[in-house]
Amino acid sequence: MPDNQTIDPSTIREFIVETFLFGDDTGLAEDTSFMESGLIDSTGILEVVDFIERTSGARIQDDHLVPENLDSIERITRFINSLAAEAPAVE
Amino acid sequence: MCGIAGIVQYRGRKPVSRQRLAAMVDALHHRGPDETGLYLDNRAGLGHARLSIIDLSSGTQPIHNEDQTLWITFNGEIFNYPELRKNLEARGHRFYTTTDTEVILHLYEEKGEACLDDLNGQFAFAIWNAEKQTCFLARDRFGIRPLYYTVLDGTLLFASEIKSIFTCPAVPREIDPVAMDQVFTFWAPLPGRTPFKNIRELPAGHCMVVDDGRLETRRYWQMPFRPKADQLDWAPRRIAEEIQARLKEAVRIRLRADVPVGTYLSGGLDSSGITALVARNFQKDVKTFGICFENAAFDEGIYQRRMAEFLGTDHVEQVMSNTQIGSALPDIVWFAEKPLLRTAPVPLFLLSKTVREHNLKVVLTGEGSDEVFGGYNIFREACVRRFWARFPDSEKRANLISHLYPYIFNDPRLKRMMLPFFAKGLDQTDDPLFSHLIRWGNTARIKGYFSDDLAAAVSGYDGLEEVREGLPAEFSEWDHLQQAQHLEMSIFMSCYLLSSQGDRTAMGHSVEVRMPYLDPDVLEFAGRIPANWKILGLKEKYLLKQSFRGTLPDDIALRPKHPYRAPIVESLFGGDNREATLALLNEAALREAGLFDPARVGRLIKKLIGGAHPGETDGMALTGIVTAQWLHERFIRNFPKNEPPGPEPGLVIDRRNEMN
Repeated sequence: MPDNQTIDPSTIREFIVETFLFGDDTGLAEDTSFMESGLIDSTGILEVVDFIERTSGARIQDDHLVPENLDSIERITRFINSLAAEAPAVE
Repeated sequence: MCGIAGIVQYRGRKPVSRQRLAAMVDALHHRGPDETGLYLDNRAGLGHARLSIIDLSSGTQPIHNEDQTLWITFNGEIFNYPELRKNLEARGHRFYTTTDTEVILHLYEEKGEACLDDLNGQFAFAIWNAEKQTCFLARDRFGIRPLYYTVLDGTLLFASEIKSIFTCPAVPREIDPVAMDQVFTFWAPLPGRTPFKNIRELPAGHCMVVDDGRLETRRYWQMPFRPKADQLDWAPRRIAEEIQARLKEAVRIRLRADVPVGTYLSGGLDSSGITALVARNFQKDVKTFGICFENAAFDEGIYQRRMAEFLGTDHVEQVMSNTQIGSALPDIVWFAEKPLLRTAPVPLFLLSKTVREHNLKVVLTGEGSDEVFGGYNIFREACVRRFWARFPDSEKRANLISHLYPYIFNDPRLKRMMLPFFAKGLDQTDDPLFSHLIRWGNTARIKGYFSDDLAAAVSGYDGLEEVREGLPAEFSEWDHLQQAQHLEMSIFMSCYLLSSQGDRTAMGHSVEVRMPYLDPDVLEFAGRIPANWKILGLKEKYLLKQSFRGTLPDDIALRPKHPYRAPIVESLFGGDNREATLALLNEAALREAGLFDPARVGRLIKKLIGGAHPGETDGMALTGIVTAQWLHERFIRNFPKNEPPGPEPGLVIDRRNEMN
């Protein structure tokens, strides 16, 4: 079973900037809401979820798929790191 | 159906160059491969490339009136020409052909510009009055047939396609940054504009008068939507019957041709309905044509076959592979003369080739039905969001959105993540563009790929504001659905669907498409149907479906709408097309065209080749970038020069040596 990785906010920032912002991070703060700012469209969310599952090694539970966990760099970081904390120790 | 071209020296006079006019006509050969004709005098020249459909033997254009003072070059069809002709004959007009073309000319003689009110058709034409030295140009209500022009040193050059105008070396060829901004927001340049600087389009429903040193354009028609107070209070059943009767008549007069007529059959309600009307009432063994996809996600073959069998039509289906779609894209750009944001026009282009191979020149299609009868999700989405906006905290209201987009919400886990996107702008219900703000906002994201120079050139430009300012005076009297219909029809339908995905893809292989749902009498009636009957609750095209109950099997008539689309990433990066796409998008090529930022495009390519799940935006961006690059390549960088002259014209009227 893969371990759940912790993540650095800069990794998430890089993913968001590369995937949605054409490499330009002007105006993207750690707490910028993706949805309110219009940075990401509805199909973009699928990419965010895919990214988190790949990086964290965890399948995200249905009730975790909420804006409170996914709508900014800060929130994603906190969310992934909380998943890692609950994960079993490395063999 | 044909191609037209012309030269009018509206300031000063000198004989028109035959060679110049002939070159313009030759560039339209695909639109009219059957014969060509020229008219020339000391001030004007009219050219015509003909696809013979009515009066095969004597319909050669340009055509004149009794005393040869009026000359016309005409592209299109006037479906009610026999009725108009009868009236004109009763008033003493004499005809030397049996064409619809000649009918326009005499009607113009009789009524002047008001002749346009009587024409039920799809057309673009120019009438030269050799006596008064004036020119009158017009385009049909929806712009089904194209007409472009430019003005150069007191000379008006016009043609069915821009490439014809570009055969004149003096005409500069340059991409218009504002048009790029518009395409990358609205899918097409707004009415009147083209992708090229100084090349204008005569907008749908407009005419132009050229009179001694003056050029004047005006709107002659507006969408016949009626305000709520004037709408029908009939029972829905009676409305459905009337829709059926008007559609039947629209189909009947669209079968008028001296060559056989076929239909396109997609398997959806609209084209099935038209095909059923043809097969049941007029032409039992009608030939039908349908598109199937190698890629099952896009395929509707099973429904097409079901319909073809049900109606007993002579059905031809063509399977489109991803590779075919990718490799035909440059040709589409050549014919469409615009960047595209989806590949959906390609299969229609390939299908028109098959139509020609089966010796047909004319097909009826289901185009226009979704716009006229309320079939699109964007209409329902606006309804729901307006309803939701009254109580933004209502979860029940919010949840209605997920019924509209089962393919976005098919993962129920994502519901709570998706809804906030549709909640954006709920406070903007007073904006006249409310229905379209989400779509246009999403599309405009792909402007992020613009080069710094292009972005700077449009930095002060606001396309939404231009649309708001251009809204007709009647707009505020229409109901919300009519307002959304107007936005959809005047921009996306006229400038994209009927053009890049309509006339051009068909005419690329010399095929004429006819659209019964856009018949003026159907429109006039639909304009009086209350919004709540067009879309009942969330049921799209409710009344249209009712009107086809009994004519079509229920699983077709009541089938949820399947949007017609074609694969993008697999087509452009699949198989042999990958190298060509990469070459087109390499840094040097991008820098030369100057439209896109190579680093950003590089990221997109890396992402898509890397197999990442392509978002909607990615597909639009890729198609937009590739097709804009092709546009630059074919029209700016490598526009064909000194093409060999085409065949000798079948008709030349040369009055350049006469005194006038």
